[in-house]
Amino acid sequence: MRAQGGAVVSHRLHIGFFPDEETLIDAAREGRDRGMAIDDIITPYPLHGVDELMGIRRSRLPWVTLFGGAIGLAIGLGFQYWSAWSDWPLNVGGKPLDSLPAFMPVAFEMTVLFAGLITVFALLLRCGLRPGKHARDGFDLTTDHEFALILSQPDAAFRDEEFEELLVRNGASRTQEMMTEEKR
Amino acid sequence: MKGTHNMAELSSTPLITGNLRPKDVTEDVCRPLEGKPTRLWYWGFGAALTVLALGATAVGYQVMTGIGTWGLNRTVGWGFDITNFVFWVGIGHAGTLISAVLLLFRQKWRTSINRSAEAMTIFAVCCAGIYPLIHMGRPWLCYWVFPYPNTRGPLWVNFRSALLWDVFAIGTYFTISLAFWYVGMIPDLATLRDRARGVRKKLYGWLSLGWRGTARTWSRYEVACALLAALATPLVVSVHSVVSADFATSIVPGWHTTVFPPYFVIGAIFSGFSMVLTLMLIARKVMHFENYITKKHIGAMCKVVVFTGSIVGLAYMTELFVAWYSGSVYEQFVFLNRMSGPFAWAYWIMVSCNVISPQLLWFKAVRNNLVWVFALSLVVNVGMWFERFVIIVTSLHRDFLPSSWSGYMPTLVEYGSLMFGFGLFFTLFLLFCRFLPMIAMFEVKSVLEKPKQGTPADRSTAACELKGVQS
Repeated sequence: MRAQGGAVVSHRLHIGFFPDEETLIDAAREGRDRGMAIDDIITPYPLHGVDELMGIRRSRLPWVTLFGGAIGLAIGLGFQYWSAWSDWPLNVGGKPLDSLPAFMPVAFEMTVLFAGLITVFALLLRCGLRPGKHARDGFDLTTDHEFALILSQPDAAFRDEEFEELLVRNGASRTQEMMTEEKR
Repeated sequence: MKGTHNMAELSSTPLITGNLRPKDVTEDVCRPLEGKPTRLWYWGFGAALTVLALGATAVGYQVMTGIGTWGLNRTVGWGFDITNFVFWVGIGHAGTLISAVLLLFRQKWRTSINRSAEAMTIFAVCCAGIYPLIHMGRPWLCYWVFPYPNTRGPLWVNFRSALLWDVFAIGTYFTISLAFWYVGMIPDLATLRDRARGVRKKLYGWLSLGWRGTARTWSRYEVACALLAALATPLVVSVHSVVSADFATSIVPGWHTTVFPPYFVIGAIFSGFSMVLTLMLIARKVMHFENYITKKHIGAMCKVVVFTGSIVGLAYMTELFVAWYSGSVYEQFVFLNRMSGPFAWAYWIMVSCNVISPQLLWFKAVRNNLVWVFALSLVVNVGMWFERFVIIVTSLHRDFLPSSWSGYMPTLVEYGSLMFGFGLFFTLFLLFCRFLPMIAMFEVKSVLEKPKQGTPADRSTAACELKGVQS
């Protein structure tokens, strides 16, 4: 039995909404340097540098794509050989049963089809995106022009006012506190 | 000295003009979708629907009666149908090129036009698919082209046929383009959701899959987009190469050439970019997107048109040279016949529209004159339609056996099927303008000029680093 099983941990989130990317990056960097935890950063477009700040590893999606492509290639080539050579061998214009060059276009298209679709599904699955999912409330303007930085306590080392002060001093146009509950 | 000054001036011209902030971008792109359509939109939509209805009547009549309603005969077995098919597939290619190839090359100017160019791709492929379908004569049996278990053996499709490669190439192209387009639109659909109320909020909420734009999501999202772009790039090349193989794998003089795949691919990019220019110049005016689709964008597209048009010209000359150099009387005859035979008018329309007139775009004055650019883009569209017509009809109508020689006269029903494609294309495009964000908002926001403030040196270098990796 795991020690933390079933425990509900609630923690307080301090959210700052910034008018542009530079101020958000500055605030996030200062917060991180002082030892605060960056819970999340929500932006209208991808910001680079955020990955390093938050310690996000490079996505392993390329491996999924490679895997998808390999499956597509195997199915594409395998089915063509099986149907045209083994299941119903047919002499088409005197061409050999093993017509690898003629099988390449379909094999290639199947490779791309599988690689592409599997990549898309892996992306949606990994990001938890699905039809009918309700987007997190309270961030409606971050799809427009606001940049949200969400800080939280690592271990009760900071007072609430310290978060507030850091966010405002770095240029947050408004701040907000939010409680979340997480099953650990 | 003057040169360096100009260079500095050129690089400092902003991609998006009007000193816009992210909020303005959201407003400009979303507002047309949230109000009532303009009168101009209604007129355009009405016109497109009318053309579509007329075309549908012709296609319906043909499907009910048979392809005897077309002017095809035993010698000229392909006419308007396959001409239209190749034309529309070609149109589609620019969309993928803009969204995928320019993404890989980190060309930031693509951000204002990629969304509508991708939409154009999808609608063009829809139009293209219609023609082989109705050419089957019995389109309700179209599933026969797929390898499915059947009671005839099962008898499988012939994987050694270029026509079957087409089924797979076009099918994959459509699917991957649709996936790329949709994935690229999710963040913008979320923007629309967050602004909307009621039914629209539900609809856009469902379509945007609960997107929020957190750092982890963006990180994965960008990798996925780059991967899809990397997949779509060879796909573009393969699709039109396969389409050209429909011709090149036959033994008909004028078709049986190895230059066909690159010649078709470059022609597709050429025609596609012209269609993008046509559409973007209209959209810019009608939707008031002057700040987004600037003269810089149009100039860049014009340069692609003149470059690819020149390669198309080179391909025409290569064909002529190889016909002469091959020493094959049949090859030589086909090309002499193209230039001076019964369809010489079509050949010269093709040459003047595709090779001669685009050369005007070498001049900056022409590239800056939007009326000229618009006219030239239409001319190229016409020329590229004729290119396919010339390749198909003039190669077929003079067979190896003079006793089989014949002419080709398209019927009214065929003109109707041509209209069907244009009607469908513009109907779909106008619906797209009405319900989906025409400009990739999140991408445009990421390339906006930053307001000039007294920023510390370290911050500006950090910003440069950030910009450098932004796609």
